[in-house]
Amino acid sequence: MKKIIVSVLFLALSIGSFAQSEKYVNAMKAGIAAIDSSFKNPQSMLELANKFERIATAEKNQWLAYYYAAFCQVNYTYMEEDKSKVDAIADKATTLLDKADSLMPKNSEISCVRSMIANAHMLVNPMQRYMQYGAESASQLEKAMIEDPTNPRPYFLKGQGLKYTPEQFGGGCKTATPILETALEKYGIFKPASDISPNWGMKRVQALLEECK
Amino acid sequence: MKRLFLGLLFSTAFASVAQVNISGKMTDNKNKPLRGASITIRNSYDGTTTDSLGNFSFTTSEKGAQVLEATLSGYSTYEKNITIAGAPIILNISVKELITELKAVVITAGAFEASDQKKTTVLSSLDIVTTAGANGDVVGALKTLPGTQQVGESEGLFVRGGTATESKIFMDGNLVNNFFYSSVPGFATRGRFNPFLFKGTVFSSGGYSALYGQALSSALILESKDLPDRTEADLSLSVIGLGGGIQKLTRNKKASWGISYNYTNLALAFAFIKQKQDYFHTPVYHQGDANFRIKTKSGGFIKYYGYVSWNKLGFRTDDVDSIGLKDAFKIENLNTYQNLNWKDKLGKGWKINGGLSYSTNKDDITSELQDGNHVKQVISNPREYALKNFNVKNRAQYAQLKLVLEKKIKGINVVRFGGEYFYSEENTDYTIFNGTVFKQRINDNLVAGFAETDVYITNNLAAKIGGRLEHSAIINKWNVVPRVSVAYKFKDNSQASFAYGMFYQNPERKYLPAITGSNLDYARATHYILQYQRTPKDRVFRAEVFYKKYDNLFKTAYDPNTSREVVANNNGYGHAQGFEIFWRDKKSVKNLDYWISYSYLDTKRDFLNYPGSIQPNFATAHTASLVLKKFVLPWKTGFNASYNFASGRPYFNLKYNSSTGKYYIADEGKTINYNSLGFSLNYIPSLGKKNPKAFTVWVLSISNVLGQKQVFGYNYSSVNDRKVEITPAYKTFVFVGCFMSFGIDRTQDAINNNL
Repeated sequence: MKKIIVSVLFLALSIGSFAQSEKYVNAMKAGIAAIDSSFKNPQSMLELANKFERIATAEKNQWLAYYYAAFCQVNYTYMEEDKSKVDAIADKATTLLDKADSLMPKNSEISCVRSMIANAHMLVNPMQRYMQYGAESASQLEKAMIEDPTNPRPYFLKGQGLKYTPEQFGGGCKTATPILETALEKYGIFKPASDISPNWGMKRVQALLEECK
Repeated sequence: MKRLFLGLLFSTAFASVAQVNISGKMTDNKNKPLRGASITIRNSYDGTTTDSLGNFSFTTSEKGAQVLEATLSGYSTYEKNITIAGAPIILNISVKELITELKAVVITAGAFEASDQKKTTVLSSLDIVTTAGANGDVVGALKTLPGTQQVGESEGLFVRGGTATESKIFMDGNLVNNFFYSSVPGFATRGRFNPFLFKGTVFSSGGYSALYGQALSSALILESKDLPDRTEADLSLSVIGLGGGIQKLTRNKKASWGISYNYTNLALAFAFIKQKQDYFHTPVYHQGDANFRIKTKSGGFIKYYGYVSWNKLGFRTDDVDSIGLKDAFKIENLNTYQNLNWKDKLGKGWKINGGLSYSTNKDDITSELQDGNHVKQVISNPREYALKNFNVKNRAQYAQLKLVLEKKIKGINVVRFGGEYFYSEENTDYTIFNGTVFKQRINDNLVAGFAETDVYITNNLAAKIGGRLEHSAIINKWNVVPRVSVAYKFKDNSQASFAYGMFYQNPERKYLPAITGSNLDYARATHYILQYQRTPKDRVFRAEVFYKKYDNLFKTAYDPNTSREVVANNNGYGHAQGFEIFWRDKKSVKNLDYWISYSYLDTKRDFLNYPGSIQPNFATAHTASLVLKKFVLPWKTGFNASYNFASGRPYFNLKYNSSTGKYYIADEGKTINYNSLGFSLNYIPSLGKKNPKAFTVWVLSISNVLGQKQVFGYNYSSVNDRKVEITPAYKTFVFVGCFMSFGIDRTQDAINNNL
């Protein structure tokens, strides 16, 4: 009898943990699926950021939850019209990303989001901040390219940045196109590690290339 | 057992079905709805985010005793134990707004701040260097702000009716004694400090903190930069000299060091731009400096900056007392400055800011009366001619130790206290025409203690209350002064601030030692400042009214023992009152940034050898500036212009009546209005290039573009009634220079270190 109880309990526990993991994956999948449609709605982007943060806080050791929370926060800063609020939100994104980084160090995807955060800080006052944050943003992308040469996202971000840089500053479609094409090539080969691993950006690259035609 | 197992299954099934709705509204303590707050059941996935009306609603499958959390940055965290049983839960959440540095009102009465880090600053650090007419001089840019006078015949900041010696300059908390190059008759010498050294500048035209003393009018507080972003070498080449330096960031980005050297020689510039003076020693300057900065574990810094600076110049001007004779003036100066500063967090809300500085100054001045062939003339009658031949050897050293401790108490309220010790020693040998040497030694030990507190009553109401205790060996008395300032933020984010403070100061060294038997006290100023400021996006409007009362100002008398004018008593007094307006606008005209400042000043004082209370010759009623900045992106060029205006200043000839033993006004008048248009252009060809090898800035700067006549005052002959205008050394000055920095790109290193 004792044996049975122990084995039942054991079974129950293992089912429990398995179920939780499934719950995690499902919650993540639902969140990730909602990201695309949130780009036009700051409130829903913030809701997603909070949602991923809830998952991250409950799970404690899932770097992807922290990663997506930071990713949504930084995207939210791009939508925030009151520039005086951006630094605080971007700092929050950094805090989340630091936690992701401690669980999954030297990750190319994390470096990509760090570059986006630096960019957000820069956009508050580009004239004054270009020297500091522009350099930080670029160096994070270069780091990301080295950390995972197959990752298309640093190329996407670099190309996107160039496309929106005025021509007299060395940007524009001409310089952006070859990099965006490299990104597209890499998207073609790239296989995300799991269903919930980062796999965003390809559509955006295609749209940018279309605009540059 | 079976039953238990079934029970387990049943309860799990039940749990997965039971969804309980939790809803409500979140507001602050003033019932204002809060948007964007995160509502969570602790350690679960369940929760939501409040909408623009503060409403929230979500369902949860958690059950039993749980903790509901609501968080929003800038507000207190809400936590509530709830029991989820089945019935919907409705919660009205009210949280308190936290008093945070980001939201709290900042006391701005009397102060202009230039910084890139902090909010509510009116200027950026770049503004200091890109203001036309400022010629890259820290003080030059400040002269376009309200409160300052357009004094061109001597250096320093003349603020709200105060003399230049009433303004003190501090670097990382420590006093800088010889901020400007040594005085030269008829000139406003430049500051010795490169404006690029500083990340923050606070220019206070009154009512400043108890941490600073010995300045009746104004404090200019400069904060040096932290670590550079990367290792860099730079090179500069201009019509007035060349320089170069290197700033090295260590691999771990925790420390940096740098050295630089600058050589200035005005020979080339003087060949093209005619000078009023006839130079027999072209001005030559050498300056070498060094620095290191170490970031500590807790994010603090240990910083060192020091320089050695040498310069020499000599020129002749027409002698005011005669026709055909010349005054030949020569100065050689050696100045050294060392400043070590430690700023750190000590844990448990304690912070420390300690500084140690040491500087030396050596002036060798020769003055001669010469004939047309540049031969020294010693004319013994009248004696005034003979006295034009003299030598001054000045040797001075200064040391300062300052320690400030800060403790955070409850929220962002802060208590700050500390002390400083200041040692100064000045030895002057004054040799007159007949070889007689007058030796003076002025020695001072000054100790001070201070304490102040920053109190935040709400995010909209803050006060700074402090006091300072001081003792100087020269006066040999203790003094205690109060300093208070208050700021209130209105609903529309505009704010009003008030500042009150008392300030004490010692006599100027050149009037020391005091006449025998004088029982001196400190000179005193009391400030009252009321300010209103509105800062809508990309605009700043600021208006300030002030009243300043001077008591115990130093009066001087002729000392027959040393043939000098020295301090005699504290019978002087005075006042200054006025209003000032500042308006900056980056929005109205696209890509154009401009500011306007206007100051009205009404001041009179009786001090030094003044025969009574009169408007001093360094103060005028109306001063105004217009500064324009426009960056044309396609041309990669910034255009800067500034126009400064000041109404005429009074001038007078004070003569000594030996029978009454008093001075009287023998002649007086008012100078013409001062007008000056400055223009500068910065061209940055490498702008926007990805990974440029060199970052180059070309600078063209023209002072007094229109060649308008400027008269700063008059020199009077001491033997007859002749008077001669004091005018600038040149009408228009053109500066062309090229500044290059070579960033040694360390990206690769950074990557390698991280992999």
